[in-house]
Amino acid sequence: MFAEIPYFLTILTFTPTVGALIIALFRFTMRKDDLPKFDGNARMVAFWTTIVTFGLGVLMMIEFDPSIAGFQMVHEVTWLEQIGLGYRMGVDGISVLFVLLTVFLMPICILASGAIKTRVADYMIAFLLLETLMIGVFTALDLVLFYIFFEGGLIPMFIIIGVWGGQNRIYAAFKFFLYTLFGSVLMLVAMIYMFLQAGTTDITVLLETDFAQTAQIWMWLAFFTSFAVKMPMWPVHTWLPDAHVQAPTAGSVILAGVLLKMGGYGFLRFSLPMFPHASDLFAPLVFALSIIAIIVTSLIAFRQEDIKKLIAYSSVAHMGFVTMGLFTMNEYGVQGAIFQMISHGVISGALFLCVGVIYDRMHTREISFYGGLVHRMPVYAALFALFAMANVGLPGTSGFVGEIMTMVGAWQAGWWIATGAAVGVILSAMYMLTVYRNVVFGEMSNPKLETISDVDMREFALLGILAVATLVLGISSTLITDVTAASVDNLISNYDAAIAATAE
Amino acid sequence: MNADTLSRNLGLLTPEIILAGGAMALLMLGVFMKEERAGRLVYFLTIALLVVSAVAALFWTAGEGQAFNGAFILDSLSKFSKVAISLVAAVALIMALPYLESEKLLKIEYPILALLAVTGMMMMVSANDLVAMYMGIELQSLALYVLAAFNRDSLRASEAGLKYFVLGALSSGLLLYGSSLVYGFTGSTGFNEIAIALQDGPNVGLVFGLVFVICGLAFKVSAAPFHMWTPDVYEGAPTPVTAFFATAPKFAAIILLGRVLMEPFGGIVDQWQDIVWMLAFLSMGVGAFGALTQTNIKRLLAYSSIGNMGYALVAVAAASQTGLWALLVFMVLYMIGVIGSFGAVLSMRTREGMVENIDDLAGLAQRNPGLGWSITALMFSIGGLPFMVGFFGKFFVIFAAVESGLIWLAIAAVLFSVVSAAYYLRVVKVVWFDTSEIEFVPTAMSIYWVTRMAGLATVLLLPVLGWLVFRAYSVGLATL
Repeated sequence: MFAEIPYFLTILTFTPTVGALIIALFRFTMRKDDLPKFDGNARMVAFWTTIVTFGLGVLMMIEFDPSIAGFQMVHEVTWLEQIGLGYRMGVDGISVLFVLLTVFLMPICILASGAIKTRVADYMIAFLLLETLMIGVFTALDLVLFYIFFEGGLIPMFIIIGVWGGQNRIYAAFKFFLYTLFGSVLMLVAMIYMFLQAGTTDITVLLETDFAQTAQIWMWLAFFTSFAVKMPMWPVHTWLPDAHVQAPTAGSVILAGVLLKMGGYGFLRFSLPMFPHASDLFAPLVFALSIIAIIVTSLIAFRQEDIKKLIAYSSVAHMGFVTMGLFTMNEYGVQGAIFQMISHGVISGALFLCVGVIYDRMHTREISFYGGLVHRMPVYAALFALFAMANVGLPGTSGFVGEIMTMVGAWQAGWWIATGAAVGVILSAMYMLTVYRNVVFGEMSNPKLETISDVDMREFALLGILAVATLVLGISSTLITDVTAASVDNLISNYDAAIAATAE
Repeated sequence: MNADTLSRNLGLLTPEIILAGGAMALLMLGVFMKEERAGRLVYFLTIALLVVSAVAALFWTAGEGQAFNGAFILDSLSKFSKVAISLVAAVALIMALPYLESEKLLKIEYPILALLAVTGMMMMVSANDLVAMYMGIELQSLALYVLAAFNRDSLRASEAGLKYFVLGALSSGLLLYGSSLVYGFTGSTGFNEIAIALQDGPNVGLVFGLVFVICGLAFKVSAAPFHMWTPDVYEGAPTPVTAFFATAPKFAAIILLGRVLMEPFGGIVDQWQDIVWMLAFLSMGVGAFGALTQTNIKRLLAYSSIGNMGYALVAVAAASQTGLWALLVFMVLYMIGVIGSFGAVLSMRTREGMVENIDDLAGLAQRNPGLGWSITALMFSIGGLPFMVGFFGKFFVIFAAVESGLIWLAIAAVLFSVVSAAYYLRVVKVVWFDTSEIEFVPTAMSIYWVTRMAGLATVLLLPVLGWLVFRAYSVGLATL
């Protein structure tokens, strides 16, 4: 019934913008002296906007029919139709879960921003705009529209890192912006080329267009540059640790939870179905880079002294599982990759929140500063343990399902790939358990920690929700795989058909 | 020429006649009135005249066609350009008034010179003959030389005016020399006749002349390597004059260049395409790298305009219908960004007077959020970053280049846009991340609204962008 609401996805996408406009309206009409009094209201408006958006996201899930492989809730508005550009929205089994992940993480981010005391209204506006742009990436059914949402997200994120970030925030903000922009502009040229070949930027049409083989190779490389930077894959991951470390807690949660998933989503939506020949050709390259990423960044993570940086490198390693799974192009691999992305969105978000909890109290992220937190913060220690284990991939948590599925898929593509990935799992246990031991266990040797207090109600609620999500997904993995199954099957069969056609 | 043809010919020139006649009348009015009363009156009448001429260009001119034996052409391209030029000139004048009054520069000559310059620009976009083209350019340029040095007590303004004059005269010389060669080898100055003469293919003398014509026009659009005057003139001239320089004359010159190359010389596109893409490449490069180290906002905008003219030249190099309409869309969206940015520069006034350093913008997002947010949006828009409208300008330009097979140029264009993003981001960084104690004094209403409206337009135009693109698109189809 909700799907009959005209422009449902547009309403879902732009609800946060409405919230941002409401805050902006008050922010601009208010006298400067009154502005601090408005902070609390800005928080409330932002929070309720994200809650409403989450509600709309749940409605979308209820309405979504997982048995259909194609796009649903599609609608189109005439915009630049003379030249073939359009405003088109729709979701399928691949994108719907990312929308849900985004709207699920956003209220948590707003609530986790209690430590932000300056320019609160601007902060909330930036986050709400960012939410619109992130949802738009997953709901856009038009190439250029996708690009706008994909790149537009850089602007609010640049401001978020630069204004509310840590010591070295300006360097990190510039690096983040220019690095990812550089990656994406070549994709724009490739998109224009596709537009000229197909005569339209409608993604549903492009999915059925056969591009010439040599052209596919060039376009695949252009798209790959963009998505690999966004993902990020080794060796173009270096912007991520800087951005993560400098971003405020909520910024890190969104960065790891949603922005990194755009790269994986891009592979699923564009590279694999539109350039199957090139994807098949370059799959070994992607496998090699993924394995290197999993092993090398795990080792780098082990050597980190900053907790946030450690989690950032661990994110790169986990994204390695995703790229590996995607390019196996079998059911386990692709489903596992999607599962891994969703699960990593929840787990890494939770880990950054865990870091945020102690950072808010002690204002440092040095691992050596901490130790023996379990004596003062037992609840925190328990929750942190759960997420650390989930990050390692302990059975029963969602991290396990994603890793095992991608590895099963990888085994079918070649035993050496799965073996490499398995080494990464061991390494991830090594760095995660080490950091956990150093921070939580042992003697409390640092006298400054004597007064540290356990998680309060708000933090407990936030981490608790994420803990429940981690466990539920880990135990009942079909919640996700049932939604993605039809679309992934369709993707794989089209891919195989295209490869078979080239082979003849 | 009988009376009927004459009146039909003059009918096609309605906007120009309104402006030229109006300029004469206002000059008389200004001379015979007391100066303190005349200043504002002439000023407002000038703005009204510009709006009237825009309306006339849009609705009153009887049909389309050529006048005076093909020397003058009124087609959808020139109509579109005239409306855009008149309106942007009007906005530039509206913005200039508070500045001129506070700097004691409000003399009747200012609006009248601007009016004459606009008349010249209208001739430029309607020129269909080398002589008519030269006439338009000179009328425009002579008025602009004086405007650049309008603040005659300022050493820098006088220097800017002189520099502009000397280099402008040189470029006019090149243009004239090239035109004479073209005339010599085709036997005519009319664009129609040149096009016919070129059907037999190019010859060396003609191409030689064409190169000079392109160089002369490249001076006017400040394309590298003919860009040296731009930063100095932009910095030295009074800010509202710079705002005017950066918009309407650039638009007129690039449209003229596009028309000359695509219409009479459209048959020998392979002869000039290499030159134009080279100019485009160099301009984008100079604009991107030159701006990185600037500390003065006006110089930054000067390099930004060199770079953006490079993108406009990419559209010209595409030499197609798509190139032409992409050029129009790009220029209109770019002018909105530029006029707003100069509005922001005009707002940079402390108690001690005008300031021009980028660092003076520090912390603007907090101490003057309306201005800070507008600058942010405008910088992102000029830089061509999504989701501002400026993105679409660049998008269509690159689209035209790829369509014409200039893929390497398209790749260069997007890469240079990343480099140039760095300095637009620097302005945003200063506005958002830095802090400062400087307070700007409240700006005049007109500047306030132009800046805010332009800032809002960078986002609010998105839903109605289809309309603009459609207008430009039909112009492109009708012209080539």
